Amino acid sequence: MSAWLTPRSVITVGVLAILALLPLYASLSGDQFAMTLFTRIIIMAIAAVSLDLIMGYGGMVSFGHAAYLGIGAYAVGILWKEGAASGFVQWPVAIGAAALFALAVGALSLRTRGVYFIMITLAFAQMIYYAALGMDRYGGDDGMTIRQRSQFGSLIDLDNRTLFYYLCFALLLASIYLVSRLVNSRFGQVIQGARSNERRMRAIGFPVFRYRLVCFTIAGAMCGLAGALLANHTNFVSPAMMFWTRSGDLMVFVVLGGLGTPFGPLIGTATFLLLEEALSRVTEYSGLFLGPGLLLVALYLRGGIDGLIGGARRG
Amino acid sequence: MLYFIEQSLNGVQLGMLLFLLAAGLTLIFGIMDLVNLAHGSLYMLGAYFAATFAEATDSFVLGAILALAATFVSGVVLEIIAIRPLYGRNHLDHVLGTFGILIFFNDLVRLIWGPAGMTLSLPSEMLNAVQVIPGVYYPVYRLVIIGVTLAVALLLYVTVMRTRLGMLIRAGASNREMVGALGINIKLLYTLVFGLGAALAGFAGLMQAPILTVQIGMGENILILAFVVIIIGGVGSIRGAFVAAILVGLIDTIGRAFVPDMLRSVLSSDGASTLGPALSSMLIYMLMAGILVFRPEGLFPAANR
Repeated sequence: MSAWLTPRSVITVGVLAILALLPLYASLSGDQFAMTLFTRIIIMAIAAVSLDLIMGYGGMVSFGHAAYLGIGAYAVGILWKEGAASGFVQWPVAIGAAALFALAVGALSLRTRGVYFIMITLAFAQMIYYAALGMDRYGGDDGMTIRQRSQFGSLIDLDNRTLFYYLCFALLLASIYLVSRLVNSRFGQVIQGARSNERRMRAIGFPVFRYRLVCFTIAGAMCGLAGALLANHTNFVSPAMMFWTRSGDLMVFVVLGGLGTPFGPLIGTATFLLLEEALSRVTEYSGLFLGPGLLLVALYLRGGIDGLIGGARRG
Repeated sequence: MLYFIEQSLNGVQLGMLLFLLAAGLTLIFGIMDLVNLAHGSLYMLGAYFAATFAEATDSFVLGAILALAATFVSGVVLEIIAIRPLYGRNHLDHVLGTFGILIFFNDLVRLIWGPAGMTLSLPSEMLNAVQVIPGVYYPVYRLVIIGVTLAVALLLYVTVMRTRLGMLIRAGASNREMVGALGINIKLLYTLVFGLGAALAGFAGLMQAPILTVQIGMGENILILAFVVIIIGGVGSIRGAFVAAILVGLIDTIGRAFVPDMLRSVLSSDGASTLGPALSSMLIYMLMAGILVFRPEGLFPAANR
């Protein structure tokens, strides 16, 4: 058999083919809900890909990633409210604001290790959650409905659901490509080296802190973009989208799919969200099954789904 | 000034509550090296148990005692079934596993007690306010919380520093292999410590139950505050947790009460009412950031970490 025909590549190509053809299915069957669900899956997958960059490849277990999602979304919402509906303004601001916050959080939290890092990223994300909760002008606790999607002039009309879907899909592929190029570059090798043995990387002479900070900021920026997409998808922003359990969900997506793999975050996101959707149709208490399932994944499925489908070949 | 004293008392009371949660978390982390996100679920369980038992027995005190025992047992069972396999794994596994447990408990509580939430009413003599100093009236129940928690903190201190069990706990924290080699049943010790942490969290939940509504997810907000307390105090240090809990309780409460007014004297009233609530709820996180810059290990770093 040719070398590329592994279970992993077959499944990856299959998932991508399903995602690429979904709008066709939706328009044929009239199943608009599938469009909504899958657009959401793709957007969350972009966030998961960005988390995988720092958590999977960089070994930085950030428990506050939903904050960047929220910042990106709120940037769109606040700018719309203040009269700037142009996507050419909104999206760069969303990405920039998330990057800036990631830079600040990273500068403080990357000084620490292990459980401190987990708790500190968690606490800073919660700070942003409370900040959003206190902004009465932008809806406070209730959130804010955004009555107009980002305007890109004649370039692209985001109100067209199919076009918006493909835009998200293209951005997802672009972020997967970006991350895989990044981690295989010299920069990425330093980041991965620091995950395996930080002391040695430092001894060779790499300023590990600065490399990590840059990596952390890039991931924040990517997640900010996902946030901008999410705000456009739901036409709504609320503090709940950056509550700390949302950050936990993102971690689950990444680990379930496979830490430090290019397509793992996408597969994990799709699996979890589809499973959640399916379970919620059968039972009102889906957590009774998802919760123990997560515990089992943490205990026995260390490589995630990617490890499961790739494991047979690797031996 | 009187308002300030009242708010300070509120702050101390919140701090006491945070201490109960943080002490359990920090014990569990210090000894078993476990990050436990399900700690907030035990807090929630304590509150639900208290509301149920108090209703069944018609007595707040009896209900509270039963609830305390029930949370301890829940903690022990949880440890044996789900937590034990997580020991010795990396922190990411802990986060995921205990996050799963949290999701499980939220839906389990919804299944058993329904989605509506509960209230726990106090005995009538607890509802009165007493004059603590001339001109300042303060609810008896909140004073009871402060008093009882102080007693628990003292008891915890004596247990950890002066008893044989406490000696084992401290020994387990500094060198678990050696404790095991000396013939101590380390598994049982871990289960007991987890149960103790669970009981402390449940105690915090049941004390808070009459003040707040008992509802699903009630532990999720306060868990993060307890994390902030641990970060400020130093992971693994009970003394640090005590100092940091009171600090966080005071700053959070007083900040919420006074920052919006202080801003109003500097900014326009429109700007202040926008910024005030957001800023005052961010205060403790800024404090945490500030402390991290100067002392990345917290105020009282545990000696062996």
